[in-house]
Amino acid sequence: MNNGNHHNGAATAGGVGPAGIAGAGDNQWLLRVRNLTKIYGEPGPRTLELTGPEFSSNICPDTDSIVACAEVSFDLYPGEVLGIVGESGSGKSTVVKLLYFDLGKTAGSALLYPYDQGQTNMLEASGQQKRRIRNHLMGMVYQNPRDGLNFHFSSGGNIAEKLIMAGQLHVGGIRERASQLLEKTEIPVRRLDDTPATFSGGMQQRVQIAKAIANNPPLLFLDEVTTGLDVSVQARVLDLIRELQQELGIAMIVVSHDLSVIRMLTDRTLVMKNGRIVESGLTDQILQDPQHAYTQLLVSSLL
Amino acid sequence: MIENTKFQHRYNFAFIDESTKKEIRRKLLKAVAIPGYQCPYSSPEMPIARGWGTGGLHVTLAIIGREDIFKIIDQGSDASVNACNLRDFVQAMTGCRTTFDTTEATLIQTRHRITEEALTAEQVFVFQVPQPEPLRSVERYEYRTRQMHGEADYAKMWVSLYESFVRHGDILLGAGYPVRINGRYIMAPSPIPRWDIPNLHQAETLYLFGAGREKRLYAVPPHTTVEPLEFEDVRFHIEDFNGQVCNQTGYRKAFLDEIYSDDGSKQFVVNDSNFLDKLRAGEPIAPFVNAYIQQIES
Ligand SMILES: Nc1ncnc2c1ncn2[C@@H]1O[C@H](COP(=O)(O)OP(=O)(O)O)[C@@H](O)[C@H]1O
Ligand SMILES: [Mg+2]
Repeated sequence: MNNGNHHNGAATAGGVGPAGIAGAGDNQWLLRVRNLTKIYGEPGPRTLELTGPEFSSNICPDTDSIVACAEVSFDLYPGEVLGIVGESGSGKSTVVKLLYFDLGKTAGSALLYPYDQGQTNMLEASGQQKRRIRNHLMGMVYQNPRDGLNFHFSSGGNIAEKLIMAGQLHVGGIRERASQLLEKTEIPVRRLDDTPATFSGGMQQRVQIAKAIANNPPLLFLDEVTTGLDVSVQARVLDLIRELQQELGIAMIVVSHDLSVIRMLTDRTLVMKNGRIVESGLTDQILQDPQHAYTQLLVSSLL
Repeated sequence: MIENTKFQHRYNFAFIDESTKKEIRRKLLKAVAIPGYQCPYSSPEMPIARGWGTGGLHVTLAIIGREDIFKIIDQGSDASVNACNLRDFVQAMTGCRTTFDTTEATLIQTRHRITEEALTAEQVFVFQVPQPEPLRSVERYEYRTRQMHGEADYAKMWVSLYESFVRHGDILLGAGYPVRINGRYIMAPSPIPRWDIPNLHQAETLYLFGAGREKRLYAVPPHTTVEPLEFEDVRFHIEDFNGQVCNQTGYRKAFLDEIYSDDGSKQFVVNDSNFLDKLRAGEPIAPFVNAYIQQIES
C-alpha cells in the first residue's frame, strides 16, 4: 500500500502523452471507439435502418425502442480535445456515459490504449476491471455536480475517494494532495473540509474537476460542465479547463450543445443528431464551412 | 395399543423444527467457510418479534445440544430483562442448564458485548445483530452493497472514516467499528464497543452472528485475522475512560460503564456483570489479553 503522497496512474506532464503510450509512435490512438450503440427497449431487425437524421427521429416505428446513439465510431489521440455537439437528446451524454461505464452498451467496442495495450474491449471488462480503469485512466465531470460529488462528504472527502481507490491510506497524504488539487482548480484550500453543498455552482464544477484529475488520468470526459452556470462563471471554468489541458496534456471529450464552448476548447468535433454522427472534422473547419445542413443550422444560430 | 409420542411434547427440542435447523446449520457452515460474508437464510418466525434477538436465537437454537451449558448477556449483563426472558425461553425449550459463569458456559449468546474473560476453543459465541450491513451508512441500496462486497469496492467506507476524522479529529465510530475479515470482507461486528474488537482477532472461539430481521448469518472462525479499518497515520484505538477505574473494585483493564449518581456525579463500574461479581468475590479471573489492553497501566 502507498504511504506518503505518491499516486498511481499514468502521469502526464507538459503536453507529453500519457506514460502508457510513450514509444508507441506519434500516431498511436489513446481511445478507439467503434460502432458504439445504445438502444432502450427491444430493437427490431430494422430499428437502425428506420431511425436517424434522415427520419429526424431516434424512435423505431416498428418497436418504439429508442436509439440513444448508434454506430458511433472515432479515434481520440493523446492530449487531443474532441468535442461532441448537437441538440438536446441527440445522444451526446449517452456516448460519454457508455465510455465511463455509467451505462451498459447495446453494441460496440472501445479500446483504451493504456488498458491492455488497447487489445481488449473495455466495455466488456469485469466490474472490478472497469472500476480500475475508471479510477486510474479516466475522469468524468458531469453537468449536474450532484452526479459527480457526494454532498454529504467534504470536498476533500470527495477527492479522497479517488485517492483511496488508488491505494492511498494516509490521511496526511490525502489532505496534501487534495489541497494541491483545490489550488490547481482555484478553490481556496480553507474550503477543504466544507461540503460542496455550500459552494457556488462554478466552485462545485471545479471540485468535480479536481476529483476527476486526482489520479492523473490520461482521459477526461466533460459533459455540459458549464451549462448551468452564469456567463461570467462559465468563462472562468472554461479557462481553467483549457489551462489544465495545456499543463497536464490530458485528452478530453467535451460534450456541449453550445458551439461557443466547442469552439473555445476543442481541436476536433463530432456533430450528432438523432443518435448518429452527421459530421466530423477539425473544429475550425466545421465552424467555417459546415457541410451537413444540420451543422449549418447550428453554426448559423451561433453567429 | 401403539403409543404416539409425537404430540406428547408441544414443541420440538429447541423449538425450531429439525429441517429448519438443518437449513440454518448449512448456512452457518457456508458462513464459516467464507469468513465475514453475509449469508442469507430463512429467518423463521419466532415467538418474539424480529429485532429483539431473533437472529441470535436462531443460531443458538440451531446448534444447541442437550449437554450445552447456556449463558446469555445483554450489554454485558446477565440480568437485563431481555437476557432473562431469552434465557428462560431457551431453558424451557431445551432443558439445558444455564449459567452466569463465563468460563463454565459452552454456548454464549450476546447483545452488544464480548465477555471480559477470554473465550476458549470449547465455547461458541453467538451475537445478536441488528444491522449486518457495514456499508449501509454509505450506500442505501442492497443491490449496490452486494456488488461492493463482491468487488471489494470499499472506497466509500474509507471516505466515511476520513470524514469522521475531518469532523471530529478522530474516527468516531463508537459501536460497530468496521473490520476487515481475513483480508477480504468488511464486516459489521454488531454494535460492540471498540474495546471488544481486538478480541475478535485470531481468537480461539467460533464467533457466529445472526441478524433475524435482515435475514443474514455470518461468522468469524477461530484463528481468523480481524483488522479494524485504520489509516496509516490515524490508527484504531480502544476506549480509554480517561484513566478512570471501577469504583467498586479499583479495576481498570475492563470496559467500564458510566453511572450517574443522584447528585449528578459520574462514576465508573465494570460493565461485564459476571466479571464484576468475580472481581468482587475475589475469584480467579482469566481476562482477554491483547496489545491494546496491555498498553493500559494497571
Ligand atoms: N433511460 C432512458 N430510457 C429511454 N430513453 C432514454 C433514456 N435515457 C436517455 N434516453 C434517450 O436517449 C436519447 C439521447 O439522450 P442523451 O444522450 O441524454 O442526449 P443529449 O446528451 O445529447 O441531450 C434521448 O432521446 C433520450 O430521450
Ligand atoms: Mg446530455
